[in-house]
Amino acid sequence: MITLSHYIVLGTILFCISVAGIFINRKNIIVLLMSIELMLLAVNTNFVAFSRFLGNVDGQVFVFFILTVAAAESAIGLAILVALFRNRATINVGEIDSMKG
Amino acid sequence: MPFSIQDLQLILPEAFLLFAICAVIVVDLLVKPTQRDVTHWVSFGAVAATLLLVVIDRGADAVGFSGMFVHDAVARLLKIFMLLIVAAILAYARTYLKDRRLHVGEFYELVLFATLGMMLLVSAGSLVMIYVGLELLTLSSYALVALNRDSSLSTEAAMKYFVLGALASGLLLYGLSMIYGATGSLDLARIHLADTGVGGHPSLLLFGLVFVVVGIAFKFGAVPFHMWLPDVYEGSPTAVTIFVSTAPKLAAFGMAYRLLDSGLGALAPHWSLMLAILAALSLVIGNVVAIAQTNIKRMLAYSTISHMGFLLLGLLDATPSGYAAAMFYAICYALMTAVAFGMILLLSRVGFEADDIDDFKGLHQRSPWYAFVMLLTMFSLAGVPPLWGFFAKLLVLKATIDAGFLWLALVAIVCAVAGCFYYLRVVKVMYFDAPTEKKALELPADVPLRWLLSINGVALLFMGLFFGPLLTWCYRAMGAG
Repeated sequence: MITLSHYIVLGTILFCISVAGIFINRKNIIVLLMSIELMLLAVNTNFVAFSRFLGNVDGQVFVFFILTVAAAESAIGLAILVALFRNRATINVGEIDSMKG
Repeated sequence: MPFSIQDLQLILPEAFLLFAICAVIVVDLLVKPTQRDVTHWVSFGAVAATLLLVVIDRGADAVGFSGMFVHDAVARLLKIFMLLIVAAILAYARTYLKDRRLHVGEFYELVLFATLGMMLLVSAGSLVMIYVGLELLTLSSYALVALNRDSSLSTEAAMKYFVLGALASGLLLYGLSMIYGATGSLDLARIHLADTGVGGHPSLLLFGLVFVVVGIAFKFGAVPFHMWLPDVYEGSPTAVTIFVSTAPKLAAFGMAYRLLDSGLGALAPHWSLMLAILAALSLVIGNVVAIAQTNIKRMLAYSTISHMGFLLLGLLDATPSGYAAAMFYAICYALMTAVAFGMILLLSRVGFEADDIDDFKGLHQRSPWYAFVMLLTMFSLAGVPPLWGFFAKLLVLKATIDAGFLWLALVAIVCAVAGCFYYLRVVKVMYFDAPTEKKALELPADVPLRWLLSINGVALLFMGLFFGPLLTWCYRAMGAG
């Protein structure tokens, strides 16, 4: 029997993987963008699970908003990445450090 | 619930602004690149007309679209000041953008979309509206920061802003999902009732609250979630920095008020301690690191962090008078920062960004009036009486003491005194150092920029002397009598 807590634990695991992906990753900005997507999907899992458990459709409607915004967000993220690559010819996180202090 | 015509009446300013943005996009397509001023004036007119619609709207407090949209005095006050500031920024930014071949329609469209997002955010009555308003604001801001796409610094700042901003949105959303799970509703008013009532899942709700506070702290730029702020301020074109640093802070206050008070007001004892820690860290780190800066945009970024610490002090008390003090502080902060960055815009010209503190050397000899305006701004930011910034600080300190955080009030006072050092350094450089260029300051021919900047600067002194009406307005909006 799969209960609500299984879904919440799944959401939490996905969320932790994505946060770890953002903080541990020192190589590639595309991996950062993927982690951000994963984070939003973890939230979606939570919303759908709660929505089903509570018998209330609001959470699933929210998921549609999150999916739409996530699409716009990755479009902007990739556009900025392209602009950055044209200026720097690198997508290495460690080299994007010209401003400090 | 079906939607009625009254609901449309409530969102009239927002609906008007949305159509006006569409008009700006079309107008911008039709005009030649040399006639970009047309886009500027249409955008300026759109903001002014929206402002007029908000001002003449004397409707009673109401909730529309099944609780999604809140129309109340707080939202109205915040909208009026956000629109005023955006209108001023459009005027400040024009010459700077023109000189750098950045005078494109996208700037106006993105600023207007961000403004629409801010207006929806401060009127949010549901978690969905908070999220959608916030994303409309932040997605536009990411693109704005990257406006100068051939600049390495600008794109780097945009990338950092994007990654950390998206992380913050993710954390906030995760918190919202927990709150939804604990209370079974996305409606802030119902969430408020749910957690005071019986049942519920207090641990789940507290878990969600932690993430929500982190998300809010990110948007304010409070330590330890401030990493994006200095880089974004330094890297983006000054015309964009002035936007990112002013009006969105009012929107962030609106978001914090809606989420923490309208939604999670019953958990005030829990979140007020979290905010106290954030405020203390912001005050100390912001003021200490600002001393070491030589770039004035970066210095103002750290000064923003410390000001956000002060703003959070007002929220600690979780009473209407505390919120009123925080709102008063947010408005004061936004107008002070607008002049500070406006001065950088005024002094800069092609090939010279005026973003080093040394670029202000001897400004008094070159242009006494603008040196005086900058002096007023720096004194106001430092909190020297009788300027506006002093009274704003005084009110939030009073709220802190009322909330029982005497230690925090003492920390804040010590930090405010330490902060005087770097503000006064700018004044010292302007008045007592020899200018690097002897000739009189070459002012841009942009008359609205010069006049508005002067009025804005003098307003800091005027509002310091006559702050009563605005303060009463803030108190009344919050229902504090």
